[in-house]
Amino acid sequence: MRKVIIPIGPQHPALKEPESFQVVLSGERIMEFSARLGYNHRGIEKACEERTYIQDIYLTERICGICSHSHSSAFVQAVEDIAGLEVPKRGLYIRTLIGELERIHSHLLWLGVAGHEIGFDTLLMYSWRDREVVMDILAMLTGNRVNYGVNTIGGVRRDIDADQLKQIAKAVDTLEDRTKYYIDIATKETTVIERLSGVGVLSHDDAIRLGAVGPTARASNVKRDVRKDDPYAVYAELDFKVVTDSHNDVYGRTIVRMGELLEAYKIIRQIVKKIPDGPIAVKAPRKIPAGEAVSRYEAPRGEDVHYVKANGTEKPERVKVRAPTLANIQTVAKMLEDRQLADLPIVIAAIDPCFSCTDRMISVRNDGQKRANMMKWEDLHTYSIEWYRRKGIDFSKVNEKFKKAVK
Amino acid sequence: MAGSLFSILIFPGFVFLLVFGLAAEFFDRRIYARLQNRQGPPWFQPVADLIKLMAKEDIIPCEANPRIFKAMPILAMTATVTAFFYIPLWGEKAIFSFTGDSIVVLYLLTIPTLTFFLGGWYSTSLYSRIGAMRAITQLFAYEVPLFMSILGPALMANTWSLSEMAVFYSKHPFYCVFNMLGFAIGLVALLGKLEKVPFDIPEAETEIVGGTFTEYSGRLLGFFRAAIDIEVIVGASLMAAVFMPFGLNVWPALGFFFYIAKVLLVVAALALFRTVFARLRIDQMINFCWKYLAPAAFVQLLINLIVKGLIVR
Repeated sequence: MRKVIIPIGPQHPALKEPESFQVVLSGERIMEFSARLGYNHRGIEKACEERTYIQDIYLTERICGICSHSHSSAFVQAVEDIAGLEVPKRGLYIRTLIGELERIHSHLLWLGVAGHEIGFDTLLMYSWRDREVVMDILAMLTGNRVNYGVNTIGGVRRDIDADQLKQIAKAVDTLEDRTKYYIDIATKETTVIERLSGVGVLSHDDAIRLGAVGPTARASNVKRDVRKDDPYAVYAELDFKVVTDSHNDVYGRTIVRMGELLEAYKIIRQIVKKIPDGPIAVKAPRKIPAGEAVSRYEAPRGEDVHYVKANGTEKPERVKVRAPTLANIQTVAKMLEDRQLADLPIVIAAIDPCFSCTDRMISVRNDGQKRANMMKWEDLHTYSIEWYRRKGIDFSKVNEKFKKAVK
Repeated sequence: MAGSLFSILIFPGFVFLLVFGLAAEFFDRRIYARLQNRQGPPWFQPVADLIKLMAKEDIIPCEANPRIFKAMPILAMTATVTAFFYIPLWGEKAIFSFTGDSIVVLYLLTIPTLTFFLGGWYSTSLYSRIGAMRAITQLFAYEVPLFMSILGPALMANTWSLSEMAVFYSKHPFYCVFNMLGFAIGLVALLGKLEKVPFDIPEAETEIVGGTFTEYSGRLLGFFRAAIDIEVIVGASLMAAVFMPFGLNVWPALGFFFYIAKVLLVVAALALFRTVFARLRIDQMINFCWKYLAPAAFVQLLINLIVKGLIVR
C-alpha cells in the first residue's frame, strides 16, 4: 500500500496546544513519527532576565497552565538557595499543600483528557466534574483556580486558617471516594482496557535510556521521584510511597496516576494534621547576591528543573527551565513504533504533554543550503519592506502621514 | 396518486421523518447528557443546528470532484428516505410493499455508508480519505451480522417482505421471544451502521479530525447530518418492525404512540451504549464483529430453523 504522510497538528483536535507531528502511514499502521516543537514559544526565559525576581515569580508561574505552582516553586527554591534564605516551616507546609492539590487537579484533568482521546467522553465529563471540588479548594485557599500566586521568595503569601483546613479534609474524603470509583472503571471496563493495555509500550530499559520522568517513567517501573530522591519543601517529613507499575503501557500510566492521587490524599491528610504554627515567610532582599543554583521539583508530569544564575542585581542573569515534557517527548516516537493511527492520540496524551512548557527556540544553521541564512533584525526589517514593495504594497506614505498626524 | 404523494412527501414520508429525526436527535443528546451528568441541549438545538448549516456557505475543495462531492449528501438522504417507505410502522402494512422488500431495505440502508465513502474519498483530504477507508472497512464487519439478524425472523415467518413479516408476528406475538438474540445483534450492528461510539471509528475526531466529513460544510454537511438523523429513525423503525411487532392491530393513534415509543426505546438503547463504552480501534471492531457477532447471528439462524421445524411448521 502507498505510504501517506499525515500531519497531526499544528492545529488538530487531538492536541490541546499547537505542536506539529508528522506521521507516515501505511494503511492504518504508523511507519514513522516525527515531532517538531516550536509553535508555542513565548520567550519566557529571556523575559525573565529583563524583570526583577518578584516579577519573575509570576512569569514562571505562567510557563504552564496546569503545573503553575510547580514552576514558580522550582524558581523560588533556586532563588532562596542562592540568597541563603531559611523558609519557615509553616510556609513550606503551605507550599507543599498547594503542590499536592495541584497534582490532584492535574491528574484528574489528565484522566478526563485520556478518556476523551479514546472516545470515552463519559469519563471526561465525570472526572472534570469532580475536579471542580479541588479547584474550589484551590480558589478558596489562594483566590485563583489556576495561577495561584501563592509563592514568594522566602515563603508564601497567604496563610491558612483552621476552618480552611477542615474544608480541605472534607474535600479530600469526597475526592478519595470518587478516585476509587475511577480506578474501578479504568481497571474493569472492557473497552477501556482494550484501548489502553499493550498500547504505547516503553520498556524499563528504554525509559532509562530516553530519560523519561514522572508517571511515564514510573509506569515502566523506574522508581524515579524527586520527592523521595532529593526531598524538597517538607516531603522528608511526610510518609508516602512512590507508585510504580510494571505494565509499561498506557494502562500502567493510568494506574500510576490514579495511585498517585491516593498518595496525594494521604499526604494532604498528614499536612492538615502536622502543619505547625508560626510565620509563613521571611523577608527577602531585593537584590540577590551573585551565585547560581539548580532546583528540582516533582511536578505532576515529572521532574521539573530550574537553573537560576544571579549577578548581584535585582534581575537574574540567566533562568533556564527544563519542563518534564521535554524529557518525555523523546519517548513518544519509541512508543508509537509499529502502532496504529488510532493509538496516536492516547499515546501522546499518556505522557501528559504540555507543549507550551517545552517549546524551545529554534536556530537556523547555515549548512550550505541556499535558503538557510541568518539575518540581523535591521536586515530583516529592510527585507520585509522591500518584499512588500515588490508586491505593490508601499507603507512609506502611510508612515509619513502617520508621523504627521502624531505631530 | 395525490394520496401516495402526500404520504411520500409529508406524512409519514419525508417531512415527518425529518421532524422525527431531529426530535430523536434531541432525545438522544439529552439522554446522553443526563447520563453524563450534564444539562444537555434545549429542545430546539438540532433544528437550530440544521438551520445554521443550511444558511452557511458551501465550500468545495479545489481538488475535489465537485459533482460527486455535491451529489453524495442528497443521495444519502434519498436512500434512507426510500428505505423508510417499505417498513411497516404503526399498521401491519408499509406504505409500499412487495415480495422481497426486506432485501431492498437492507441494501438501501447500505447506500449511506457508500456515499460517506465516496464523498470522503473524492474530497481528497487525507483525513477524509482515511475516514472513508475506515467507513468501508467497517461496512464489511457489521453488514453480515445485520443482514443475518434480519434473515432469521424472516425465515421463521417464511417471507421476504417486511409487511408480511409484521402480519405473521402480530398473529403470533409469542414467536418474537425466539428473536431476542437477533435483536441484540441488530442493535450492535446498528451502532456500527450509524457510526456511533464504540464504533464511531470513521469519524474519530481525536485521530482524523472530522473523518469523512472533514471537508464538508454548510448546506452539504447539513444534508449529511439530516441523512444521518433520518437513518437513525429508519434503522430504529426496522428494528421495531422486525423484533417488536406489538400494537400493530390497535386503533391507529394508539399504534402511532406505540411506534414512537418503540423507536425512542431503540434510540435510548443506542445512547446508553454510547455512554458506557470507549471507542474501539478498527482492528478490534472487525475482530469483534467476525469473532462474536457473526457466530451469534448464526446461532440465531439455527434457533429460528429449529423453532420453525418444531413449532411453526
